[in-house]
Amino acid sequence: MRAHRIGAIVVRQLHLLRGSPARLLPLFAWVAVDVILWGFISKFLDSVSAAGLDFFALLLGAVLLWDYLARVMQGVTMAFFEDVWSRNFLNFFATPLTIAEYVTGLVATSVMTSVIGLTVMVVVARAAFGLSLLVYGPPLAAFLGVLFVFGIALGILGTAIVLRLGPAAEWLIWPIPALLSPFAGVFYPLSTLPSWMQAVSRILPPSYVFEALRAIAAGRLPSGRDLAIAAVLAVVELALAAWLFSRVYRRAVRTGLLARYSAETAG
Amino acid sequence: MTAGAVLSIHELCKSYGAVAAVDRISFEVRPNEIVGLLGPNGAGKTTTINMVLGVLEPTSGTIRIGKTDLRRNRSKALERTNFAAVYAPLPGNLTVAENLHVFGLLYGVRGLRARIEEVLADFDLQRFRNVKCGVLSSGEQTRVGLAKAILNSPHLLLLDEPTASLDPASARDVRKRIRAMVTACQAGALWTSHNMLEVQEVCDRVLFLSRGRILLDGDPRALPSEHGKATLEDLFIAVAREPLSLGGG
Repeated sequence: MRAHRIGAIVVRQLHLLRGSPARLLPLFAWVAVDVILWGFISKFLDSVSAAGLDFFALLLGAVLLWDYLARVMQGVTMAFFEDVWSRNFLNFFATPLTIAEYVTGLVATSVMTSVIGLTVMVVVARAAFGLSLLVYGPPLAAFLGVLFVFGIALGILGTAIVLRLGPAAEWLIWPIPALLSPFAGVFYPLSTLPSWMQAVSRILPPSYVFEALRAIAAGRLPSGRDLAIAAVLAVVELALAAWLFSRVYRRAVRTGLLARYSAETAG
Repeated sequence: MTAGAVLSIHELCKSYGAVAAVDRISFEVRPNEIVGLLGPNGAGKTTTINMVLGVLEPTSGTIRIGKTDLRRNRSKALERTNFAAVYAPLPGNLTVAENLHVFGLLYGVRGLRARIEEVLADFDLQRFRNVKCGVLSSGEQTRVGLAKAILNSPHLLLLDEPTASLDPASARDVRKRIRAMVTACQAGALWTSHNMLEVQEVCDRVLFLSRGRILLDGDPRALPSEHGKATLEDLFIAVAREPLSLGGG
């Protein structure tokens, strides 16, 4: 892999962000709105509940981490969609750029954009509601790591789906975080779910993160074993997503789809 | 296979099911040579170019760019290759300079800033430096694509109807610049065009493709008379309408 080719993908995204407030604003505006909305919900529940729960750590913290995962995923898919929208695959893949360098470039782009989003969320949550993510202690590093890896896996899965099915499949990608959130138990313990939904939860790394988050908010120690399972699952699912993308790409090169990619040719 | 060939294609095939889009073609492009790839729509010209660019996998056959086998070492083979095609404009959401910057990084161009200035000057694009490519006229976009195509001083240049949207004066200018670049870099170029006057002016040799096969190979100025035709355009029409009479199966 060559750093200058990976850098080209990141630089392309920087040029786009610099020249377009419409691309820059969503990096932090919607997450800030989410933090404010859930901050007030948490504040209200804190004031009316006699259960003694820390709703800021329980709800606002969960929203913050879930938004982080969604930002990581969208960091990958948005950079990929830029090539879909500008019909740029032929130009890019006729260069020495390899598929591994391209995907690494998308991931590096996602690191850049998700760090911006996370920073804004942390600052707003701290300034407006006094919530510090440090309340979760050392497990926070595991939370962020697992969610980052799983977010990248989702992003790569999304790009594989759009590359295989065509630009119209973009609309299947945006709702993925919303579709997964009931199974991930962002706002409630997994024991609330029926058994078939719990079975799905067990293969989703975020479900272990949010169980651990609730344990900390309730004053208990999170399960190190569960966090280790989450980390392994995230890495395995990332490898599966990368394998799927590679297969879809090879098929696109074999069939000629890559050279004439459009809504009309994909399918 | 000639030693020192810029591009060597041997028994190249691309099939889609039972349909052969390119059928066992073999040819070479040598240094300082511009080869015209001619033929009617659907003859296999763009399919051939896409395979040379590594964006379409051949069914069989080999492609060597310089001494490098494209299938075995795609990145190395494409480092000193480039292309321009009327159907592949650069992203319209970046400015001319930004596009050249990104593609310069992808090709690993050394002294990129200075090289960008050179190609901007070569194609009279300085005043469009900070203009988004999407708002340029089709002719201006074509010139930006050509500037990208020579950015890495390629040894092999693939040009798919490069002057299709240019006015005659700009087209002549572009032909001169590309000829000069080919001579200066000892490069080779594969050039498709439906403008037979242009082909006669710029190409050292032409290959006529029909139904995925090479029917004729020769000097564009001599081929018409060799086949009893008055002009290259007459020969083109004969290839398109009566390939059997010229040896096509």
